[in-house]
Amino acid sequence: MAEIDQPWLPAVDGIVASHAGVPGSLLPILHSVQKKLGYIPAEAVERIADGLNLSRAEVHGVISFYHYFRQHAPGRHVVQVCRAEACQSVQGEATEAHARKCLGTDFHGTSSDGSFTLEAAYCLGNCAAGPSVMIDDRLYGRVTPARFDELMAEWRARK
Amino acid sequence: MAGTQVTRVYVSRDAAAQALGADETAAAIVELARSKGLDVELVRVGSRGMVWLEPLVEVEVAGKRVGYGPVMASQVNALLDAGMLQGAAHALHLGVVEELPYVARQERLTFSRVGVIDPVDLDQYLAHDGYKGLQRALGMSGAQAVQEVTDSGLRGRGGAAFPTGIKWKTVLDQQVEQKFVVCNADEGDSGTFSDRMLMEGDPFCLIEGMTIAGVAVGATQGYIYLRIEYPHAEIALRAAIATAKTRGYLGRDVLGSGKTFELDVRMGAGAYICGEETSLLESLEGKRAEVRFRPPLPAIKGLFGKPTVINNVISLASLPIILERGATFYKDYGMGRSRGTLPIQLAGNIKRGGLVEKAFGVTLRELLYDFGGGSASGRPIRTVQVGGPLGAYIPESQFDTPLDYEAFTAIGALVGHGGIVAFDDTVDMARMARYAMEFCAVESCGKCTPCRIGSTRGVEVLDRIMAGGPQRAANITLLEDLCDTMQYGSLCGLGGMTPFPVISALKHFPEDFSRDR
Repeated sequence: MAEIDQPWLPAVDGIVASHAGVPGSLLPILHSVQKKLGYIPAEAVERIADGLNLSRAEVHGVISFYHYFRQHAPGRHVVQVCRAEACQSVQGEATEAHARKCLGTDFHGTSSDGSFTLEAAYCLGNCAAGPSVMIDDRLYGRVTPARFDELMAEWRARK
Repeated sequence: MAGTQVTRVYVSRDAAAQALGADETAAAIVELARSKGLDVELVRVGSRGMVWLEPLVEVEVAGKRVGYGPVMASQVNALLDAGMLQGAAHALHLGVVEELPYVARQERLTFSRVGVIDPVDLDQYLAHDGYKGLQRALGMSGAQAVQEVTDSGLRGRGGAAFPTGIKWKTVLDQQVEQKFVVCNADEGDSGTFSDRMLMEGDPFCLIEGMTIAGVAVGATQGYIYLRIEYPHAEIALRAAIATAKTRGYLGRDVLGSGKTFELDVRMGAGAYICGEETSLLESLEGKRAEVRFRPPLPAIKGLFGKPTVINNVISLASLPIILERGATFYKDYGMGRSRGTLPIQLAGNIKRGGLVEKAFGVTLRELLYDFGGGSASGRPIRTVQVGGPLGAYIPESQFDTPLDYEAFTAIGALVGHGGIVAFDDTVDMARMARYAMEFCAVESCGKCTPCRIGSTRGVEVLDRIMAGGPQRAANITLLEDLCDTMQYGSLCGLGGMTPFPVISALKHFPEDFSRDR
């Protein structure tokens, strides 16, 4: 059910309005909403659908198709661990297993202190210096389990 | 200080260099030079592609760039004291960068400026032959420009290797008002990063290439569909596009020619399938990125139903030099029907990983050992996967195969986007085969059954094979049948080519599938 008293709804409406006349604007709108709110709330879906003259099912179908779009609020930082072949060839699986253990969650989950949401990436384009990890927009190379611990400590301190 | 000269110091801003500490190194150079009263001008450039030397610091001494690397921020103080700004000897001193064998032995056509210039400085781009290709294209008819591209022998560098000029000719021949140029910058294959390096290190080159494409086929709007995993490339592209617009290289009247070409960046959202061109077009239209049936071809009915040139980053970025120097110049590189150069990416378990641009014809062995220096772990290289997650695993016995589209097809492999991932002898090929199926299951768009269901069944069958027992041989037969169904029954390359890594692993490394674990 839509809750019209959500304080961010005007922002969503503004984003939709600012894309008026832009061809194929649904992905750019979803990106803008997620950038602004951290995720795409169910209530926003209705407003976006109305604005683009689409059904809610169509908008939901697009959101759920793409791995990047999230329907729930993430932790303070998003940690992407690369699972692809180039990282596997340099013990990336050890980093991956360590990340799950260290953050106490599987992929798509958030650590209990709310600091980090863990995601799998299938190539971060840093294949000559793996294992690769990206925290928000910052890329890291040669991330061994020990290096992962250092990064977590560093980013926890950032707040 | 009186009498002191400004020393120019170059540090990469490429994401791979940043991932290894280049920002911290650059900041330390600026700060420590200031505190020591040394006059330094720091220039952030793209990466030379020698990733194992990043953060690479280059100092301009007597007109040449002397390299030091890898330089961590903590080492900057000692280096400055040792006389780095004069090019003095030090354990990290590499010599003149252009003379290093890794650099000197390349044939850098598409990547000639990457690592050399400030990527978002249009004047530096112009000073390094930038926009000469477009200038020449503007003096030609569309048909002449398309012919030049056809004559160059350029084939799609995204992996499909379709002749670019033929694709363009189809778009040129469509008599409609609106046409599009779309750049496929959804570089999702593991082991590939040449698109990213080009976009971060020389974004104007891609912009010029797309403008040439637009002018040639009569398209007025371009889109770069960029994967969300590449935020650094997004920043570089947006900055370069804004400058190109301001300076008249994009917009309603490109360089006073009266021709219009507008360009926008659109971000993907983490779907590997968008590297497939028809699903990319669906995504650009704001839909679920489900693969389209073909025909019609995108060249006839592409984006929003209009004729569309859709090319990979490297294909488009190769156009400026082809138009500037002419088709013959480009065609003189390469072998057989593979003309020109390919930016090859050495990745995975490799000592000297990075980007090597070479003419087609170079062998895997030369790349892996002469350039790559063997494995990073020091153990023997057992196999390489070429061409991304859908590429075959190639055993050591085939390392003398030259990089050539036809030679690779002959051994059941593909060149793809030129990414080479090395594995040492600790790799478990049954697990890699399982991963190929798992990846396909995660990334399948779901439109066709062989891919959507087949990939999940493939994971299950491989689990049973690895578990062993009396049914192992029957399960291997089942896996082969399943791969056959996926290869011939899938709608696009994802389901259709996932069997390549699986079957090649099974064929070349059967011992890994029969071993009890």
